[in-house]
Amino acid sequence: MKKDFLKGIKDGIPICLGYLSVSFGFGILAVSLGFSILAAVGISLTNLTSAGQVAGVGIIAAGGSLIEMALTQLVINIRYSLMGISLSQKLDGNFNTFHRMAASFGITDEIFAAAVSQKSVSPYYMYGLTAISALGWVSGTFLGAAAGNILPESISSAMGIVLYGMFLAIIIPPSKKEKGVLAAVLIAAALSTVFEYVLKSVSGGFAVIICSVLAAAICAALFPVPDEEEAEG
Amino acid sequence: MSIIIYIAVMAGVTYLIRMIPFTLFRKKIKSPFFRGFLYYIPYAVLSAMTIPAIFYSTGNMTTSLIGTAVAVALAYFKFPLIVVALAASAAAFIAGLFI
Repeated sequence: MKKDFLKGIKDGIPICLGYLSVSFGFGILAVSLGFSILAAVGISLTNLTSAGQVAGVGIIAAGGSLIEMALTQLVINIRYSLMGISLSQKLDGNFNTFHRMAASFGITDEIFAAAVSQKSVSPYYMYGLTAISALGWVSGTFLGAAAGNILPESISSAMGIVLYGMFLAIIIPPSKKEKGVLAAVLIAAALSTVFEYVLKSVSGGFAVIICSVLAAAICAALFPVPDEEEAEG
Repeated sequence: MSIIIYIAVMAGVTYLIRMIPFTLFRKKIKSPFFRGFLYYIPYAVLSAMTIPAIFYSTGNMTTSLIGTAVAVALAYFKFPLIVVALAASAAAFIAGLFI
Protein backbone atom coordinates (compact mmCIF):
# COMPACT_ATOMS: atom_id res chain seq x y z
CA MET A 1 0.00 0.00 0.00
CA LYS A 2 2.66 2.49 1.10
CA LYS A 3 5.06 1.02 -1.45
CA ASP A 4 2.53 1.52 -4.26
CA PHE A 5 1.90 5.10 -3.16
CA LEU A 6 5.62 5.90 -3.18
CA LYS A 7 6.05 4.28 -6.58
CA GLY A 8 3.21 6.46 -7.85
CA ILE A 9 4.95 9.56 -6.46
CA LYS A 10 8.22 8.54 -8.10
CA ASP A 11 6.64 7.82 -11.49
CA GLY A 12 4.72 11.10 -11.25
CA ILE A 13 7.73 13.39 -10.74
CA PRO A 14 8.23 14.07 -14.49
CA ILE A 15 4.49 14.76 -14.78
CA CYS A 16 4.72 17.13 -11.82
CA LEU A 17 7.56 19.10 -13.43
CA GLY A 18 5.77 19.29 -16.78
CA TYR A 19 2.55 20.42 -15.11
CA LEU A 20 4.40 23.00 -13.05
CA SER A 21 5.51 24.93 -16.11
CA VAL A 22 2.35 24.43 -18.18
CA SER A 23 0.03 25.48 -15.35
CA PHE A 24 2.25 28.52 -14.87
CA GLY A 25 0.94 29.57 -18.28
CA PHE A 26 -2.62 28.84 -17.18
CA GLY A 27 -2.17 31.00 -14.07
CA ILE A 28 -0.95 33.92 -16.17
CA LEU A 29 -3.83 33.43 -18.63
CA ALA A 30 -6.47 33.34 -15.88
CA VAL A 31 -5.17 36.51 -14.21
CA SER A 32 -4.98 38.29 -17.58
CA LEU A 33 -8.67 37.45 -18.09
CA GLY A 34 -9.51 39.08 -14.76
CA PHE A 35 -9.56 36.05 -12.42
CA SER A 36 -8.22 36.32 -8.89
CA ILE A 37 -5.29 34.15 -7.79
CA LEU A 38 -7.67 32.23 -5.51
CA ALA A 39 -10.10 31.54 -8.38
CA ALA A 40 -7.29 30.38 -10.68
CA VAL A 41 -5.91 28.03 -8.01
CA GLY A 42 -9.42 26.82 -7.17
CA ILE A 43 -10.06 25.95 -10.81
CA SER A 44 -6.80 23.99 -11.08
CA LEU A 45 -7.43 22.17 -7.80
CA THR A 46 -10.95 21.07 -8.73
CA ASN A 47 -10.45 20.38 -12.45
CA LEU A 48 -6.90 19.10 -13.00
CA THR A 49 -7.07 19.42 -16.80
CA SER A 50 -5.43 21.83 -19.24
CA ALA A 51 -7.64 22.20 -22.31
CA GLY A 52 -10.88 22.18 -20.30
CA GLN A 53 -9.61 24.89 -17.98
CA VAL A 54 -8.39 27.12 -20.82
CA ALA A 55 -11.78 26.82 -22.53
CA GLY A 56 -13.57 27.24 -19.19
CA VAL A 57 -11.92 30.51 -18.18
CA GLY A 58 -12.53 31.76 -21.74
CA ILE A 59 -16.25 31.03 -21.39
CA ILE A 60 -16.49 32.70 -17.97
CA ALA A 61 -14.55 35.75 -19.19
CA ALA A 62 -16.81 36.02 -22.26
CA GLY A 63 -19.94 35.76 -20.10
CA GLY A 64 -21.07 32.44 -21.61
CA SER A 65 -23.93 30.37 -20.23
CA LEU A 66 -23.73 27.45 -17.80
CA ILE A 67 -25.06 25.15 -20.54
CA GLU A 68 -22.24 26.23 -22.81
CA MET A 69 -19.80 25.57 -19.96
CA ALA A 70 -21.20 22.08 -19.27
CA LEU A 71 -21.31 21.04 -22.95
CA THR A 72 -17.84 22.39 -23.64
CA GLN A 73 -16.34 20.48 -20.71
CA LEU A 74 -18.23 17.38 -21.83
CA VAL A 75 -16.80 17.46 -25.35
CA ILE A 76 -13.29 18.55 -24.43
CA ASN A 77 -12.94 16.03 -21.61
CA ILE A 78 -14.88 13.09 -23.06
CA ARG A 79 -11.52 11.50 -23.80
CA TYR A 80 -11.17 10.85 -20.06
CA SER A 81 -14.16 8.52 -20.31
CA LEU A 82 -12.37 6.41 -22.87
CA MET A 83 -9.18 6.49 -20.81
CA GLY A 84 -11.17 5.42 -17.76
CA ILE A 85 -12.62 2.49 -19.69
CA SER A 86 -9.20 1.55 -21.00
CA LEU A 87 -7.59 1.85 -17.55
CA SER A 88 -10.43 -0.13 -15.92
CA GLN A 89 -9.03 -3.22 -17.67
CA LYS A 90 -5.83 -2.99 -15.62
CA LEU A 91 -7.14 -2.45 -12.09
CA ASP A 92 -6.07 -4.92 -9.41
CA GLY A 93 -8.33 -6.64 -6.88
CA ASN A 94 -8.12 -3.82 -4.33
CA PHE A 95 -10.10 -1.50 -6.61
CA ASN A 96 -13.57 -1.49 -5.07
CA THR A 97 -16.24 1.02 -6.06
CA PHE A 98 -15.04 3.60 -3.53
CA HIS A 99 -11.48 3.50 -4.83
CA ARG A 100 -12.72 3.73 -8.40
CA MET A 101 -14.76 6.82 -7.57
CA ALA A 102 -11.84 8.46 -5.76
CA ALA A 103 -9.05 7.53 -8.17
CA SER A 104 -11.05 8.61 -11.24
CA PHE A 105 -10.39 12.25 -10.27
CA GLY A 106 -6.79 11.75 -11.35
CA ILE A 107 -7.44 10.59 -14.91
CA THR A 108 -5.53 13.04 -17.11
CA ASP A 109 -3.69 12.43 -20.39
CA GLU A 110 -0.32 12.10 -18.65
CA ILE A 111 -1.45 10.15 -15.55
CA PHE A 112 -3.40 7.78 -17.79
CA ALA A 113 -0.33 7.25 -19.97
CA ALA A 114 1.83 6.49 -16.91
CA ALA A 115 -0.74 4.18 -15.29
CA VAL A 116 -1.79 2.26 -18.39
CA SER A 117 1.83 1.29 -19.07
CA GLN A 118 1.87 -0.69 -15.77
CA LYS A 119 1.09 -4.38 -15.65
CA SER A 120 -1.60 -3.82 -13.04
CA VAL A 121 -2.73 -0.70 -11.21
CA SER A 122 -3.53 -0.45 -7.49
CA PRO A 123 -5.55 2.37 -5.88
CA TYR A 124 -2.55 3.70 -3.92
CA TYR A 125 -0.41 3.81 -7.05
CA MET A 126 -3.07 6.02 -8.65
CA TYR A 127 -3.24 8.19 -5.52
CA GLY A 128 0.55 8.67 -5.53
CA LEU A 129 0.59 9.59 -9.23
CA THR A 130 -2.34 11.95 -8.78
CA ALA A 131 -1.01 13.62 -5.61
CA ILE A 132 2.37 14.58 -7.03
CA SER A 133 0.89 15.63 -10.39
CA ALA A 134 -1.82 17.75 -8.76
CA LEU A 135 0.83 19.35 -6.54
CA GLY A 136 2.71 20.48 -9.65
CA TRP A 137 -0.47 21.60 -11.39
CA VAL A 138 -1.83 23.65 -8.48
CA SER A 139 1.44 25.22 -7.36
CA GLY A 140 2.33 26.12 -10.95
CA THR A 141 -1.05 27.82 -11.30
CA PHE A 142 -0.44 29.77 -8.10
CA LEU A 143 3.03 30.86 -9.18
CA GLY A 144 1.80 31.87 -12.65
CA ALA A 145 -1.19 33.76 -11.28
CA ALA A 146 0.96 35.54 -8.69
CA ALA A 147 3.75 36.26 -11.18
CA GLY A 148 1.28 37.42 -13.85
CA ASN A 149 0.82 40.57 -11.83
CA ILE A 150 4.50 41.31 -11.29
CA LEU A 151 6.20 39.88 -14.39
CA PRO A 152 7.08 42.39 -17.11
CA GLU A 153 4.45 42.54 -19.85
CA SER A 154 6.98 41.21 -22.41
CA ILE A 155 7.37 37.94 -20.47
CA SER A 156 3.77 37.36 -19.43
CA SER A 157 2.49 37.98 -22.96
CA ALA A 158 5.09 35.56 -24.38
CA MET A 159 3.88 32.97 -21.85
CA GLY A 160 0.45 33.21 -23.49
CA ILE A 161 1.61 30.74 -26.13
CA VAL A 162 2.82 28.04 -23.68
CA LEU A 163 -0.37 25.97 -23.52
CA TYR A 164 -0.97 26.16 -27.25
CA GLY A 165 2.62 25.04 -27.82
CA MET A 166 1.93 22.03 -25.64
CA PHE A 167 -1.26 21.27 -27.57
CA LEU A 168 0.74 21.29 -30.82
CA ALA A 169 3.26 18.94 -29.24
CA ILE A 170 0.40 16.53 -28.47
CA ILE A 171 -1.29 16.59 -31.88
CA ILE A 172 1.60 16.83 -34.35
CA PRO A 173 3.63 13.62 -33.69
CA PRO A 174 0.62 11.24 -34.04
CA SER A 175 -0.49 13.21 -37.13
CA LYS A 176 2.75 12.16 -38.80
CA LYS A 177 2.02 8.49 -38.15
CA GLU A 178 -1.75 8.16 -38.56
CA LYS A 179 -3.86 9.45 -41.44
CA GLY A 180 -6.97 9.46 -39.27
CA VAL A 181 -5.42 11.75 -36.66
CA LEU A 182 -3.98 14.04 -39.35
CA ALA A 183 -7.43 14.29 -40.96
CA ALA A 184 -9.08 15.04 -37.61
CA VAL A 185 -6.53 17.76 -36.86
CA LEU A 186 -6.81 19.40 -40.29
CA ILE A 187 -10.62 19.25 -40.49
CA ALA A 188 -11.00 20.65 -36.97
CA ALA A 189 -8.51 23.46 -37.66
CA ALA A 190 -10.23 24.37 -40.93
CA LEU A 191 -13.70 24.42 -39.33
CA SER A 192 -12.43 26.41 -36.36
CA THR A 193 -10.94 28.99 -38.73
CA VAL A 194 -14.29 29.29 -40.51
CA PHE A 195 -16.01 29.91 -37.17
CA GLU A 196 -13.42 32.51 -36.17
CA TYR A 197 -13.66 34.59 -39.33
CA VAL A 198 -17.03 33.80 -40.91
CA LEU A 199 -19.52 32.41 -38.36
CA LYS A 200 -18.51 34.94 -35.71
CA SER A 201 -21.85 34.88 -33.90
CA VAL A 202 -21.23 31.34 -32.59
CA SER A 203 -19.48 31.63 -29.23
CA GLY A 204 -16.07 30.05 -28.71
CA GLY A 205 -17.16 27.11 -26.58
CA PHE A 206 -19.88 25.98 -28.98
CA ALA A 207 -17.57 26.47 -31.96
CA VAL A 208 -15.02 24.08 -30.41
CA ILE A 209 -17.78 21.53 -29.76
CA ILE A 210 -19.15 21.67 -33.31
CA CYS A 211 -15.71 21.59 -34.95
CA SER A 212 -14.40 18.68 -32.90
CA VAL A 213 -17.55 16.54 -32.98
CA LEU A 214 -17.82 16.96 -36.77
CA ALA A 215 -14.13 16.27 -37.36
CA ALA A 216 -14.07 13.22 -35.07
CA ALA A 217 -17.27 11.79 -36.58
CA ILE A 218 -15.99 12.19 -40.14
CA CYS A 219 -12.69 10.55 -39.24
CA ALA A 220 -14.37 7.76 -37.26
CA ALA A 221 -16.41 6.94 -40.38
CA LEU A 222 -13.39 7.09 -42.71
CA PHE A 223 -10.78 5.60 -40.36
CA PRO A 224 -12.53 3.39 -37.78
CA VAL A 225 -10.41 2.15 -34.87
CA PRO A 226 -10.32 -1.66 -34.68
CA ASP A 227 -11.03 -3.45 -31.43
CA GLU A 228 -7.48 -4.48 -30.54
CA GLU A 229 -5.87 -1.07 -30.78
CA GLU A 230 -5.07 0.54 -27.43
CA ALA A 231 -6.94 3.81 -27.36
CA GLU A 232 -4.94 6.70 -26.02
CA GLY A 233 -5.59 10.41 -25.89
CA MET B 1 -23.74 35.14 -11.83
CA SER B 2 -21.23 34.06 -9.24
CA ILE B 3 -18.01 32.61 -10.60
CA ILE B 4 -18.27 29.85 -7.98
CA ILE B 5 -21.26 28.38 -9.83
CA TYR B 6 -19.32 28.31 -13.10
CA ILE B 7 -16.36 26.62 -11.44
CA ALA B 8 -18.69 24.11 -9.76
CA VAL B 9 -20.33 23.21 -13.10
CA MET B 10 -16.95 22.99 -14.77
CA ALA B 11 -15.48 20.76 -12.05
CA GLY B 12 -18.67 18.71 -11.64
CA VAL B 13 -18.99 17.85 -15.34
CA THR B 14 -15.28 17.07 -15.61
CA TYR B 15 -15.41 14.78 -12.56
CA LEU B 16 -18.53 12.90 -13.72
CA ILE B 17 -16.95 12.30 -17.15
CA ARG B 18 -13.99 10.71 -15.39
CA MET B 19 -15.86 8.92 -12.65
CA ILE B 20 -18.88 7.30 -14.31
CA PRO B 21 -17.18 5.12 -16.95
CA PHE B 22 -14.23 4.32 -14.68
CA THR B 23 -16.55 3.19 -11.90
CA LEU B 24 -19.26 1.43 -13.89
CA PHE B 25 -17.54 0.10 -16.95
CA ARG B 26 -16.33 -3.48 -16.75
CA LYS B 27 -16.04 -4.42 -20.43
CA LYS B 28 -14.74 -2.96 -23.69
CA ILE B 29 -16.45 -0.81 -26.31
CA LYS B 30 -16.87 -2.88 -29.49
CA SER B 31 -18.17 -0.44 -32.13
CA PRO B 32 -15.25 0.64 -34.37
CA PHE B 33 -17.06 3.89 -35.18
CA PHE B 34 -17.58 4.79 -31.53
CA ARG B 35 -14.04 3.75 -30.64
CA GLY B 36 -12.79 5.88 -33.51
CA PHE B 37 -14.92 8.83 -32.42
CA LEU B 38 -13.54 8.70 -28.87
CA TYR B 39 -10.03 8.18 -30.21
CA TYR B 40 -10.09 11.20 -32.54
CA ILE B 41 -11.98 13.60 -30.27
CA PRO B 42 -8.97 14.77 -28.21
CA TYR B 43 -6.92 15.61 -31.30
CA ALA B 44 -9.85 17.41 -32.92
CA VAL B 45 -10.54 19.39 -29.73
CA LEU B 46 -6.93 20.46 -29.27
CA SER B 47 -6.64 21.41 -32.93
CA ALA B 48 -9.84 23.47 -32.90
CA MET B 49 -8.73 25.21 -29.69
CA THR B 50 -5.26 25.95 -31.03
CA ILE B 51 -6.06 27.12 -34.57
CA PRO B 52 -6.50 30.03 -35.02
CA ALA B 53 -6.27 31.11 -31.32
CA ILE B 54 -2.51 30.53 -31.16
CA PHE B 55 -1.94 33.32 -33.72
CA TYR B 56 -3.29 35.83 -31.19
CA SER B 57 -1.91 34.16 -28.06
CA THR B 58 0.82 36.70 -27.28
CA GLY B 59 -1.24 39.73 -28.21
CA ASN B 60 0.96 40.32 -31.26
CA MET B 61 0.53 38.35 -34.46
CA THR B 62 4.19 38.49 -35.53
CA THR B 63 5.59 37.11 -32.27
CA SER B 64 2.74 34.56 -32.15
CA LEU B 65 3.56 33.32 -35.66
CA ILE B 66 7.25 32.98 -34.79
CA GLY B 67 6.40 31.08 -31.61
CA THR B 68 3.98 28.87 -33.56
CA ALA B 69 6.62 28.09 -36.21
CA VAL B 70 9.10 27.05 -33.52
CA ALA B 71 6.47 24.89 -31.79
CA VAL B 72 5.46 23.17 -35.04
CA ALA B 73 9.08 22.44 -35.97
CA LEU B 74 10.03 21.05 -32.54
CA ALA B 75 6.79 19.05 -32.25
CA TYR B 76 7.41 17.60 -35.71
CA PHE B 77 10.74 16.26 -34.48
CA LYS B 78 9.04 14.88 -31.35
CA PHE B 79 10.66 17.01 -28.69
CA PRO B 80 9.04 16.56 -25.25
CA LEU B 81 5.86 18.57 -24.55
CA ILE B 82 7.53 20.85 -22.09
CA VAL B 83 10.43 21.67 -24.43
CA VAL B 84 8.05 22.54 -27.27
CA ALA B 85 5.88 24.68 -25.00
CA LEU B 86 8.71 26.65 -23.42
CA ALA B 87 10.68 27.05 -26.67
CA ALA B 88 7.59 28.52 -28.36
CA SER B 89 7.30 31.01 -25.55
CA ALA B 90 11.02 31.84 -25.58
CA ALA B 91 10.90 32.40 -29.36
CA ALA B 92 7.91 34.72 -28.99
CA PHE B 93 9.69 36.60 -26.19
CA ILE B 94 12.91 37.03 -28.18
CA ALA B 95 10.96 38.11 -31.26
CA GLY B 96 9.15 40.64 -29.09
CA LEU B 97 12.45 42.30 -28.17
CA PHE B 98 12.95 43.27 -31.79
CA ILE B 99 9.50 44.73 -32.41
